[in-house]
Amino acid sequence: MFANLSDRLTETFKSLRGKGRLSEADIDGTIREIRRALLDADVAVPVVRAFTAAIRERALGAEVSQALNPGQQVVKIVHEELIEVLGGEQRPLRFAKHGPTVIMLAGLQGAGKTTFAGKLAAHLKSQGQTPLLVAADLQRPNAVTQLKVVGERAGVPVFAPEAGVTREDERPRGNPVKVAKKGLKEAQDKQHTVVIVDTAGRLGVDAELMKQAADIRKAVDPDEVLFVIDAMIGQDAVATAQAFQEGVDFTGVVLSKLDGDARGGAALSVAQVTGRPIMFASVGEKLEDIEVFHPDRMASRILDMGDIMTLIEQAEQKFDQAEAERMAGKMQRGEDFTFTDFLAQMQQLKNMGSMKKMLGMLPGMGAMRDQIENLDEKELVRTEAIIQSMTPLERDNPKVLNGSRRSRIAAGSGMTVADVNSLVKRFEDAQRMMKAMAKGGGMPGMGGAPGAFGGLPGGKKSKGKQAPQRKVKGKSGNPAKRAQQEQAARSRAAGEKPAAPAGSAFGLGGGQQQPNVDPNEIPADLAKYLKR
Amino acid sequence: MDVSWIPGSADLVVVIVAVAAVAGGAFAALRRGKGPDERAGGPSAPTERPAAPEAPAKAKPAGPEDPGSRLARLRSRLSGGLGSSLLSIFSRGSLSAEDWEELEETLLAADVGAASTDILLEDLKARLKASPDAEPISLLREALLDVVDPTLDRSLALEPQDGVPATAVVVGVNGVGKTTTVGKLARVLVAEGSSVVLGAADTFRAAAADQLETWGSRVGVPVVRSDREGADPASVAFEAAQKGKDDGADVVLVDTAGRLQNKAGLMDELGKIVRVVSKVSPPSEVLLVLDATTGQNGLTQARVFGEVAPLTGIVLTKLDGTARGGIVVAVQRELGVPVKFIGLGEGEDDLAPFDAEQFVDGLLGR
Repeated sequence: MFANLSDRLTETFKSLRGKGRLSEADIDGTIREIRRALLDADVAVPVVRAFTAAIRERALGAEVSQALNPGQQVVKIVHEELIEVLGGEQRPLRFAKHGPTVIMLAGLQGAGKTTFAGKLAAHLKSQGQTPLLVAADLQRPNAVTQLKVVGERAGVPVFAPEAGVTREDERPRGNPVKVAKKGLKEAQDKQHTVVIVDTAGRLGVDAELMKQAADIRKAVDPDEVLFVIDAMIGQDAVATAQAFQEGVDFTGVVLSKLDGDARGGAALSVAQVTGRPIMFASVGEKLEDIEVFHPDRMASRILDMGDIMTLIEQAEQKFDQAEAERMAGKMQRGEDFTFTDFLAQMQQLKNMGSMKKMLGMLPGMGAMRDQIENLDEKELVRTEAIIQSMTPLERDNPKVLNGSRRSRIAAGSGMTVADVNSLVKRFEDAQRMMKAMAKGGGMPGMGGAPGAFGGLPGGKKSKGKQAPQRKVKGKSGNPAKRAQQEQAARSRAAGEKPAAPAGSAFGLGGGQQQPNVDPNEIPADLAKYLKR
Repeated sequence: MDVSWIPGSADLVVVIVAVAAVAGGAFAALRRGKGPDERAGGPSAPTERPAAPEAPAKAKPAGPEDPGSRLARLRSRLSGGLGSSLLSIFSRGSLSAEDWEELEETLLAADVGAASTDILLEDLKARLKASPDAEPISLLREALLDVVDPTLDRSLALEPQDGVPATAVVVGVNGVGKTTTVGKLARVLVAEGSSVVLGAADTFRAAAADQLETWGSRVGVPVVRSDREGADPASVAFEAAQKGKDDGADVVLVDTAGRLQNKAGLMDELGKIVRVVSKVSPPSEVLLVLDATTGQNGLTQARVFGEVAPLTGIVLTKLDGTARGGIVVAVQRELGVPVKFIGLGEGEDDLAPFDAEQFVDGLLGR
């Protein structure tokens, strides 16, 4: 796994601590790291060159050398610049003043045009438009059938006068240009407000097919030509985008398969090279998996700075709603968090897949990447075994756990008493934390103000006396922070000087002044999400 | 001091679970505030997946082309890309800092990847130092050849054993051309005199099984498919393997649905397919289909798919575009999985065996 830019820059700047000013050589090192990070994210080479040049300008400025934490400051600059390029010309779909709005889709084979056509139709339909899908992909076997299926699911009529190729060995028949024209006419007759033309996938180098696409464009005079591109595409993105820009002069970009784990540097390449805005993101296989493009999320993703939104979405998908409701009710009533709840939560967590991967998605985890790497997924199973060796009474009242019970549990779960002790101890900490949160936050009534999570007695500090209640923004930062403290504790134990708080990625929103303060960036996102 | 302070991942586990509980609770609370309608179409609803976007196959029957001319075509295109710029660099005599930079960017532009490029260039530097008189271009060829290792066995290990057919499972993300590859492979195998059974374990994408059936009827091999969409792909794969065994076939080729490697559920499904097929005959080939346009994510794909189903080879498709597929260099360097075939176009004969020497020569424009 690649360390993310934030980690790398933190590393680069470690040697600089105490220096008053950044030298040219320091900047060079920084630029090298940025370049590498962008290349690892598949940003095209010429785009990287132009981009890093712009960063260099700004990095030489006073804002970096005077910052307390230059590494974070540089990351912030990179992040800002990325957002600017990605979201430079953010705009909604343009609709025709009168007559149907025509939207044409173009792209490489397998980019996801037909699927996106269905999603866009469903999306527009939900906005009160009456879209018509036109099947002008007569090339690919069963493309017309697929569009029909998709249209049916979206509840949108599909205009498909030509069956296209339905068998592998058939020659393409029919004229897609005519189909597109007829589709437009049909829409006018039936008073559809939007026409979405799905065209055949083609290679940028295929002159014949590109001309056909250009002909379709001429014939229907679309208000929007959307270029669908796979988020996984590599350096070829520039060549492809340029070919399509020349061929069909697209007006907007759709990034597909963003639900994968590609970092999607192609988005930056295409935005920079063509200057066209990225308008939609296609994030799954279902019809509703269409999103308006978020430049800020994409920027974080390209820099591999963790994708908290993805994590939340995943959690939402996998978590049992009933169970979550029960938890919420419990917390609201101020009841204790018990081992029974703990077990239930843990089982849900297991549903989400690899814990390592999940932790990797959390921002600020860079500092403890090694720890995550070392995390034994089996630990989850062991913990589960310990809890399952408890009687229901013990699970609900951990206080009854005396020495004899503990040794029985240890024997039952095949662990040592020390393991059991450690778990119980950790659990009690967690229990206190939950209690404090329920009290301090007053969650259910907080009406969408997600910053209101109460104080969190962090790791080491919580020992013995109750840690002072502190407002911590964004719960996600907590495990990171806690683990950081643990790490610090560990290195202290090892007789090292405590590592300066790496603070990692999300010191962004000005966090560099107090590197120890929790993320500022996330709560904004979170708020957006919660209000949605 | 607190004796129970034993640092270990148990701490992490507890913290994570607790935070998850809080998060879950918070969301539920917020949702509760919003009323039940929000939840109606909630995420726990069964996932109904619309037709997947792929289906790269094109019915554009091209006349059979002999392998020589196909490779020549590939070479000419590759030399037009990477090769020509390399030549222009090397013809300048000794290499300046800018030349190195340009060299680096050329390799990067072919999707070789930053890490692999660094290593290749280090290697080249070392070679130049060791033999300063040698031509840089032949040294780079050596360096590239070392990575792409021509001595690797790139043949398909598909020999039936004791009457049990050899099985091959074809895997990959959405839209890379798996079904087409299976069809083309069947064609190659039949031409070599093997009897083949195809298993349409892509029960998910609309018309994927039809597409495979068309290939089957064209090549003249039976296709095992489910009678409905959305059937358990593992059972289809098992039936295919079983039919292969009963019929005394030599090879069973199993096509699977495209899946993104970060979808745990779908990867588990793939694991199940492999496990179930293994009951009849453990797959002797697991081929990952990679799109040549894929960037650095290709490495992740190979790694994650490899964890679920140990890969034995890669099929690099869509090499007929402008993309150069340099990612396979990185994949082979990091994971040691060799490329076995390359897809050069939409025609049915456009699947060629991968030849390391020719590939590297092509890269260098020789």
